[in-house]
Amino acid sequence: MIGRKAKAADDGGMDYLTSLPRKVVTVYIPLAIFLFVLLFPFYWMAVTSFKSNAELYDLKSGNPLWVVKPTLQHFKHLLFQTSYPDWMWNTILISTVATFLSLAASVAAAYAIERLRFRGAQPTGLAIFLAYLVPPSILFIPLAAMVLKLGLFDTRAALMLSYPTFLIPFCTWLLMGYFKSIPFELEECALIDGASRFQILVRIILPLSVPGLISAGIFAFTLSWNEFIYALTFISSSENKTVPVGVITELVEGDVYHWGPLMAGALLGSLPVAILYSFFVEHYVSSMTGAVKE
Amino acid sequence: MTVAAHGYAPAASDRWRRLALAFSDSRNLLGLVFMLPAAALLIVFLAYPLGLGLWLGFTDANLGSTGRFTGIANYLSLAGDPVYWLSVSNTILYTVIASAAKFFLGLWLALLLNQNVPFKAFVRAIVLLPWIVPTVLSAIAFWWIYDTQFSVITWALKGLGLIDGSIDFLGNGTNARISVIVANVWRGIPFVAISLLAGLQTIPGSLYEAATLDGASSYQRFRYITLPMLTPIIAVVMTFSVLFTFTDFQLIYVLTRGGPVNTTHLMATLAFQRAIPGGRLGEGAALASSMIPFLVAAVMFSYYGLQRRKWQQGTRD
Repeated sequence: MIGRKAKAADDGGMDYLTSLPRKVVTVYIPLAIFLFVLLFPFYWMAVTSFKSNAELYDLKSGNPLWVVKPTLQHFKHLLFQTSYPDWMWNTILISTVATFLSLAASVAAAYAIERLRFRGAQPTGLAIFLAYLVPPSILFIPLAAMVLKLGLFDTRAALMLSYPTFLIPFCTWLLMGYFKSIPFELEECALIDGASRFQILVRIILPLSVPGLISAGIFAFTLSWNEFIYALTFISSSENKTVPVGVITELVEGDVYHWGPLMAGALLGSLPVAILYSFFVEHYVSSMTGAVKE
Repeated sequence: MTVAAHGYAPAASDRWRRLALAFSDSRNLLGLVFMLPAAALLIVFLAYPLGLGLWLGFTDANLGSTGRFTGIANYLSLAGDPVYWLSVSNTILYTVIASAAKFFLGLWLALLLNQNVPFKAFVRAIVLLPWIVPTVLSAIAFWWIYDTQFSVITWALKGLGLIDGSIDFLGNGTNARISVIVANVWRGIPFVAISLLAGLQTIPGSLYEAATLDGASSYQRFRYITLPMLTPIIAVVMTFSVLFTFTDFQLIYVLTRGGPVNTTHLMATLAFQRAIPGGRLGEGAALASSMIPFLVAAVMFSYYGLQRRKWQQGTRD
C-alpha cells in the first residue's frame, strides 16, 4: 500500500533525466517487440480461423498475414459437425461447479485459519501452501485409479471433484491474505453485540472481502477452464470432453490436420476467459501478485 | 407428572444452549468444523492419491487390476531404461533453459512496464493474455506456426531472403527442443513479468533519487537497489516457475507428444504415455514419483525464500 502511494506521489519521478531518443531506444522499441511476440500467436490464430481453405494453404500469392475473403465456414463446421457445443457446455458447467465448490470450502478454511486461529492453525496454513505445490502431473495416475474404482470414470463429476485439489489451496491462500487485512476490532464489536462466529463471517467478513472473493473466483474459473491433464485422463467419450481436450483429440484426424477448424476452436475456446479477463483485469493482477506476495 | 415434565424440559434446553454456547466459544472446535469441507476434499483427492501414487510405484498395477507388490522392480527397470534417463535429462534441460530465459526476459519486461509509457494500464493488461488463455489452445497456435509447409516464420524469413528451404521445426531433435522451449518461454514470461512488476512497485522511488544524487549510474541503481529489494519476490516467483516448468505436460503433448524419437519427452509426458495409453499404472506411478525429490528441493528453496522475505520486511509473523 505504502509502496503504491509513494509510487503515485512521484509519478514521473526522475523521468525528466532521460531524453526522448534514449527512451525510444531503451524502452519503446524493446516494449514494442515484446508486445508483438506475445500477441502475434493470437493474431495468427484469429486470421487463420477466418480464411478459406484455398487461402489457408497458399503462401505464394498475396500476404498470408491478412484475410482476403473472410469466411465463417470453419466456425460453421465446428458448431454443426462436431461436438464442440457439448465441449463448451461441459467446460462451463465443470468450471462453474468446481469454482463454487472450492470457493465455499476455501472461505470457511481461510476464516478458520486466519481468524479463528484454532490450535494448529499455522501448520494447517503451511500444509495448504504445500498442497498448492503438488502438481497435477504426479497426481493424475493415482487419481485415475481412484476414479476408476469409484465408478466416476468418464463422468463430469470426476473433474468437478478433482479440480478443487488445486483450486482450494490457491483460493484459501489468497483469501487468507484478504481476511488478514480486515481489522480485528470489527469482529470484536460484533462479538460483544452477541453475534455468532457464523454471523460474523456472513455479515461482516464476506461483504468486506468481496474483491478478494471475485479475484479468487475468476482465477479459479480460469484455472479450471485451462485444466488439461485430468480431463484428458478421466474422460473418454466425446460428449463429456472439455474444450481443450476435445479440440486436441477430436479435431485432429490421423495425419490430416484441419487447421481452419483447429484455429477456430482454439479461438472460440480462448474467448470466454479473455472476455472475463478484460472485465476483471485488476482482480487478476491482484490475485496473481497477491498469491505470490503473501 | 406434569410438574416433573415441566421441570425437566427447561433444564434440557438450558443444557443444549450451554452446549451450543460452549461450542461457538470454542475456537478449536469451530475451527475444526470450518476446516472440514476443505480438509475432506484435500485429504481424499490430494493427500490420499499422493500416498497411493507412491504405493502404486511399488506394484505392477494395470488400468484394470490393482496389482501385486513388486518391491522396487519398477524403479530398477526405470534405472536400466535409456528412454527414462533421456526424459530426465530432457526435463532438466527444458527447465533450466526455459526458466533462465523466462527470468531474464520477464525481468526485462517488468522493468520496461515499470517505466512511464503511454497506455500503461492497457499494455500491462494485454501482456498477461498468453498466461490467461488455455495453454493447450495457444499451443495449437504454435503448432500451426511451427508447421513444416505453411509456417509463417519460414514464410517471413524467406521473404526477407534469409533462408532458402523451409525449416523443419518439430521434425528433428534439436529444432523440436528449441521450439518447445520457445513456446514455454512465451507462455511463462507474463507471469514472471507481472509478478516482478508488483515487486518493483513496492520499491520507494526515493531510494533511486538518493542514489542518483550520489552519482550512481543506472547499472549501479539496478545492481544495488532494484536487485536486492527484489530478491525475495524473485525467489518465490522463480520457484513457482521452475515447479510448473518441471512438471509441464500440455505443451509437449500438443506439439510433439515426446517425439521425434523421444527427444522432447519430459518425465510427465513419459509417465502419461506409459500409464494411460500404455496401461502400466505401476510403472507410470514410479516414474511420476521419481519427480518428487526434485520438487521437494524446489519447495525448500521457496520456503527459505519466504522466510527471508519476512525477515527483510519486518512484518508481523
